[in-house]
Amino acid sequence: MDIYLPVAGVSVNAFVIVALGGVVGLLTGMVGLGGGFLTSPILMFYGIPPAVAVASAATQITGTSISGMLAYRRRKGVDYRMGAVLIIGGVVGSLTGGLLFRLLQQSGQIDTAIALLYVILLLGIGLLMAREAAVALDIIRPRRTPKPAPRHNPLIAALPMRWRFYQSGLYISPLAPLILGFVGGLLTTLLGVGGGFIVVPAMIYLLGMSSQVVVGTSLMQIVVVTAVTTLVHATTTKAVDIVLAALLLIGSVIGAQVGVQFAQKVKPELLRMFLAIIVLTVAFRMAAGLGWRPPEIYSVELL
Amino acid sequence: MRRLRAGLSLLFVPFLIGAAKPQLVPDVSQREIQIQYSFAGAELLLFGAILYPGGRIPKEPADIAVVVRGPVEPIVVREKRKVAGIWMNADSQRFRSAPAFYSVASSRPLSELVDERTSAIYELGLHNLQLSPGAGIDPDKQRRFEAGLIDLRQRASLYFENPRGVEITDGVLYRAHILIPARVPVGTYTAETFLIQDGRVVAGAPREIRIEKFGFERFVAQAAQRWSLAYGLAAVALSLLLGWAASAIFRRN
Repeated sequence: MDIYLPVAGVSVNAFVIVALGGVVGLLTGMVGLGGGFLTSPILMFYGIPPAVAVASAATQITGTSISGMLAYRRRKGVDYRMGAVLIIGGVVGSLTGGLLFRLLQQSGQIDTAIALLYVILLLGIGLLMAREAAVALDIIRPRRTPKPAPRHNPLIAALPMRWRFYQSGLYISPLAPLILGFVGGLLTTLLGVGGGFIVVPAMIYLLGMSSQVVVGTSLMQIVVVTAVTTLVHATTTKAVDIVLAALLLIGSVIGAQVGVQFAQKVKPELLRMFLAIIVLTVAFRMAAGLGWRPPEIYSVELL
Repeated sequence: MRRLRAGLSLLFVPFLIGAAKPQLVPDVSQREIQIQYSFAGAELLLFGAILYPGGRIPKEPADIAVVVRGPVEPIVVREKRKVAGIWMNADSQRFRSAPAFYSVASSRPLSELVDERTSAIYELGLHNLQLSPGAGIDPDKQRRFEAGLIDLRQRASLYFENPRGVEITDGVLYRAHILIPARVPVGTYTAETFLIQDGRVVAGAPREIRIEKFGFERFVAQAAQRWSLAYGLAAVALSLLLGWAASAIFRRN
C-alpha cells in the first residue's frame, strides 16, 4: 500500500515502514536502544531525504522510548534523579549538535563525518560488549585472573561534589552523568539516534550503575532529548514528516512492548551478546561503505 | 539592374515561405496534477494538430518536439573522490538554474531535426539546458559536473529524453505521453510544443501545469511550514500518545 509523505515529498510502501518500526521497537524494548542508528540509514536508503529521515527518526524514538520507559517504570526500573541529570546534559548537547550539524552541512562533509563517527563509536562499543558478554557466557576465558574490579572508575571517583543516586546504588559526582548526557544529546542531533547505544554501556561499564535501572533511566533521557530534537528540527529544518513518524511509531511502540516482555525471559548476557553482534555488523557495513566506491559519485543539494 | 532585382526578390523568399508555414494547435490533458495520499506519479498527454496551409500535407511533413519542464532551483552538486582511503565529497559546483524536472520527446531524434545552435536557443535536449554555473569556472570541470547532474537525474526519471516519443497520425494529429514520477517537487511546470520543419522552429504557446499537494497532504505540508512550533509539538504529542497507548494496552494483557 503506497502512501505519500507530505513533507518528504515521496511515496513509500506503508507496510515496509511499519515493519521497520517494528524491528527497531523490538530492539528498544529488549536492550534500551533507540534504534535510530538503524532507522535513519534505512530510510535514506529507501529514498527519503536525509534531513527528513534524521528528523522523523527522532520523533519516532520519542514514542518508542516512552512506551519502553513506562514498561520499566512499572518494574521500578527508572532512577529519576539520574535521569534528570542526564536530561540537562542531553538538552545542552542536542543544541550544540544542531550548531555542529549546520557547520558540517555547509562544508559538504556531513555524510562522511556521520559515517566516521558511527564506525568509531560502534566498533569500540561493540567490541567491548562482545568481550564482556563472551566472558559472562563462558565462551571465552579472561586472559588473566580478574582483579576485583574497582567499584568506581578512578577518573569518575575523582570528580568533585558527590551525590547519592539511591536507585542506581551510586554515590558519585553528577558531573559524570551530565557529561554522558551531553554526549548522548550531541549524537541525537548529529546522527539521528537516541544515543542509547553509547549511554547504556557507559552507565554499566563507566558509572557502574545497578543494571535494573540502566535501560529505564536511559529511556527516560532519550524521551526528553528526542522530543527537544524534534522541536529543534520542526522549527529550523522543517523536516519532520508527521506521517512518516506515525507509520514508524505504529510498528515500533508495539515492538517495544513485545521486546520488554521478551527481555524478562532471556539471560541479560545473551541480550548483550545479541546487541554486540548487531552493533558490530552495522559498524563493519559502514566501514566497508567508506572504502567502497559509492554508487553515486555526485549528489545534489538544494540551496 | 536585373541582378539587383533578382537579389531583392531573393530577400523576400523567406517571407513567402513564411506565409505558407504550417500552424500548431497544441493542448495538454491536465492543467493541474494533485498529489494525494497514494500519489505514485502521473502521466501527461500532450496532443494537438498541425494545420498545413490549404490542408495539403507536404511530402516531407513537419516534426514535433514537446518539452515539459519543472521549476528551476539553485543547487550545489558535490563530487566524491577517494581521499586517504575514504570516499568523501571533495569538490563542488553551483548551478543557479537547474530545472527540477525536464522531459523532452520528439517524433525523430533531435539531432536530425535541428542544428546545434537552434537546439541551444530553444533548450532542446538534456545537453542544452541552461544551468547557469558561476562565471570564471574551468570549462572541463563545468562539463564534468553537468554530466554528473544529468546522469543522476536521468536515473531518477527526473530528466528524460525520448527521441521517438511523439506519435504523428496521418501527418496531422500528434500526441506524446510524458511521465511525471512520484518524486517531483511541487510548483508550476510548463509544457511547450515545437513544430520543426527544415530545421526551423515554430513554438506553440507554453501551457502551465500546476503540480500541487491536495487535501490532508497539503494541510500537513503547510502546517510544517507556517506553524512549525505547533507542528513540532503535535508531532511530539502524537508520538507520546501512541507510545503511552501501546504501553497501556499491553499492561491489560
